[in-house]
Amino acid sequence: MTDKTSFRVRGGIAASVLTLIASGALAQDSADPIRLTLHDWTGQLITTQLMGEVLKQAGYSVEYVQADYLAQFAGLETGDLHVAMEMWETTGREAMDAATATGKVENFGPTGMKAKEEWWYPAYMAEKCPGLPNWEALKEPACAEAFSTAETAPKGRYLGGPVTWGGFDDERVEALDLPFEVIHAGTDAALFAELESAYQRQAPVMLWIYAPHWAPAKYDGAWVEFPEYTAECYNDPAWGGNPDAAYDCGKPFGEIWKVGWAGVKDKWPGAHAAITAFTIDNDEMGAMITEVDLNGKTVDEVTAAWMGANEARWKGWIGQ
Amino acid sequence: MAGRGIAVWALALGLFALVWQVGATALPWAFEVPKGWTLPAARWITGFTKWLLNEASFGLFTFAELTRFIAAVIDVPYRVALSVLSTGVLSGRGSAAIVLLPPLPWLGVALVFALFGLWAGGRALGLLVLGCFVFILAFGQWQSAMVTLASILVAVPMGVAGGVTLGILAWRHPWFSRAIRPVLDLMQTIPVFAYLVPILFLFGFGPTAAVVATLIYAMPPMTRVAELALSRVPAELTDLGRMVGCTPRQMLWRVVVPSARDGLMVGVNQVIMLSLNMVIIASMIGAGGLGFDVLAALRKLDFGAGLEAGLAIVALAVVLDRLSQAAARRRGDPRPGGWLARHPYLAGGVATVLVAVLAGLMVPALQRWPVAWELSTGSFWSRVVEWINVNYFDTIEAVKNAILLNVLVPFKRFLLGLPWIGVAGLLGVAGWRLGGARLAALVAALATLIAVTGQWEKAMITVYLCGISVLFAMIIGVPLGILAAERARLWSVVRIVIDTLQTLPSFVYLMPAVMLFRVGDFTAMIAVIAYAVAPAIRYTVLGLAGVDPRLVEAGRAMGATGVQILWRIRLRLALPEILLGLNQTIMFALSMLVITALVGTRDLGQEVYIALTKADPGRGLVAGLAVAFIAIIADRLIQAAARAARARLGLAEAGA
Repeated sequence: MTDKTSFRVRGGIAASVLTLIASGALAQDSADPIRLTLHDWTGQLITTQLMGEVLKQAGYSVEYVQADYLAQFAGLETGDLHVAMEMWETTGREAMDAATATGKVENFGPTGMKAKEEWWYPAYMAEKCPGLPNWEALKEPACAEAFSTAETAPKGRYLGGPVTWGGFDDERVEALDLPFEVIHAGTDAALFAELESAYQRQAPVMLWIYAPHWAPAKYDGAWVEFPEYTAECYNDPAWGGNPDAAYDCGKPFGEIWKVGWAGVKDKWPGAHAAITAFTIDNDEMGAMITEVDLNGKTVDEVTAAWMGANEARWKGWIGQ
Repeated sequence: MAGRGIAVWALALGLFALVWQVGATALPWAFEVPKGWTLPAARWITGFTKWLLNEASFGLFTFAELTRFIAAVIDVPYRVALSVLSTGVLSGRGSAAIVLLPPLPWLGVALVFALFGLWAGGRALGLLVLGCFVFILAFGQWQSAMVTLASILVAVPMGVAGGVTLGILAWRHPWFSRAIRPVLDLMQTIPVFAYLVPILFLFGFGPTAAVVATLIYAMPPMTRVAELALSRVPAELTDLGRMVGCTPRQMLWRVVVPSARDGLMVGVNQVIMLSLNMVIIASMIGAGGLGFDVLAALRKLDFGAGLEAGLAIVALAVVLDRLSQAAARRRGDPRPGGWLARHPYLAGGVATVLVAVLAGLMVPALQRWPVAWELSTGSFWSRVVEWINVNYFDTIEAVKNAILLNVLVPFKRFLLGLPWIGVAGLLGVAGWRLGGARLAALVAALATLIAVTGQWEKAMITVYLCGISVLFAMIIGVPLGILAAERARLWSVVRIVIDTLQTLPSFVYLMPAVMLFRVGDFTAMIAVIAYAVAPAIRYTVLGLAGVDPRLVEAGRAMGATGVQILWRIRLRLALPEILLGLNQTIMFALSMLVITALVGTRDLGQEVYIALTKADPGRGLVAGLAVAFIAIIADRLIQAAARAARARLGLAEAGA
């Protein structure tokens, strides 16, 4: 076991093909590689690589496959892909439910991270709209106008997430009677491009930001504080400040789930146990994302550092 | 004749205006299709897809097993290419695999391709190829580029072979041509995202599914161009062939295909370009490579890294395209002597590989380009965008708002305010006047189908966005094509620009565009124009270059001015290609819809995207089919108009 730790620091996904030979996996586990999906945001790359390295330590053969966040369910159902480490309650719930309903996809439980999503504004906007972060400040016409553009004036402009994310912002604006117009970005890259643009010019911007992400670490700003979310708020119009409308509150916190092919349990029972046991929290993840996206470290370096510092934890997941 | 035409149009427009003005109150169903009338097409298609995936069977094996078998066949050449270029020969799979043989060192790949360039096109081409590979190496894109190259090397030959075969069949048999045309339109215009989920189920999640999706998208232009090129081979040549007693096979491969070479090579170019265009989507379904790097970089707003990976895709496109073009033009000059003397380049290639492999084993730096030698533009490009953003945003915003508020928004409102029944009727009248009752029935029926499947509003937004973009693309593209057709040096520059526009993933310039123009229709329009201008230029040049110089000479001898020669002779003779260019510009614009959905438009592209996220193949395909219907309506009307115009001018020329 000891000499394996020296193999831990791997150089790049491509090179990880060259790694150690299986030894510690349980006898009934298949020797086939376990395919973990990689998406295009840093946090997910880190989570997946942590899981992958832990599985390698346990003697499994691991393969990383680049896959689209939503299109991957086709592969998870057929067993072409095996594990997806981050499925956000807030953005992936419907696709996940549709997939688990087929019985071919299994929910491996929460990652321990919680997705935070809310309206967000840069700190320099606090001057122009002093009542923030309390949401009621947004009702002031002067405040809304501070967030307006030529197209939306005198209403404020709120840049929402892609329509596919849901989020009920149109309903929220209606229910809370906010003088804002909701514009939907098509993709989250566009969302952050607009933020970057406004921040460079110190221009007004109000938009949907989520965490864990590098944006709240890079840009100085704050989340608007809406009435706290409860399930009744979304289901029951009578709840909350507006007796005639639902959605008169903030967005829910959501779990980030691990999902995968239902066959994993039978094919690699030991790996299944390790994946189910895997947890990490928001602060750890936020720190690692910042290291990669803002301090220029590679995902490999960051995961290797975590593995070194948390040996007892991950050894527990694989029963060592 | 003309009088009757005017009367018909006056009557039709009068009726249309009546419905439009009075209809809002009197005939609400003319504007919005009532709930009860809508076809549950999405549900039917979802049901059919489920059946196809789970139950469809040929007795001995199921449909899904058949497609899995095809995937396994495609996987063989892909694995070979990937082993040679990227992973090496492995024993075992995943992280437990052991490398038996390393992949070909960078030195070997670059030199072999350069040698091929030297053979096919001389020293200049050899140096160009070498330069492209050095660029990829120097910017640290080698690993990803080889993964991408492996899948392209598999997809392109399959696309060319399939496309030419279909083109030959269509050229030989008019019925086949008629039958396949709508299929080609569907293949090229239904956004990939609409059928991505079924493909993933049928072919498995991974590079082979990406190759299949690439083939569906990249093959149609090859077929179209092949058919057109073959039909334009002068009759004198085939007569000559017949006189010297060619068999049908000899006639095809020795006479017709070689003389249609220039046209066919445009098709090959298109297959290469479109295959590389699919790199981004392919990377979303497990193909990895450069597309993944582009996406990951832009999610971090690292424009420099995105541009470097994007330009590596362009470099691959340039290498593959120029090599294939040069190889097709190369004159064979049989040399006397032994095998070595007859095949010096082949022998050189084998020797290069052997030397490179040995050198790679001894000197690691020759096997893998050392990180220390890599260059990067770092934050340079991000800073450029920042500088423009900070200094010029207000000016840009003012110009954008002027165009948006005075052109785009009014046009959009106008289209959205039209009654669907009136539009379908007017299209029908246009079809009838231009091409007769069958065309009228076709276009009216397709327009009605869009409406009754509940896609009308989104379809109108699509028409507005693509219509304006195509207009701008033609306004920019055709004059540029005319200028470039006569100036070889300008053409070589323009070619690099349009190859870049066509293969550089639009994501690379879309995100900086969002920073400067915000999300919305304007940014989408810029992306569509940038992509769709390429065929407008390319086909104009192709058409003008194909004009018989003797005719131009004759015109000059008769004292025609330069403008007259251009307008009366060259453009007129090039009309079939220019119209094909218009057709392709429309197709390209429509194929950008999925990308435009990523910057927040509310058109059919967005509908397809939503359907993908909800894993609802029926909904996606209905929206995808609506896109295809728009394309078919535009295509058929343009072609009929061209035929009518030619007939009126007494030009009895066969063409697209």
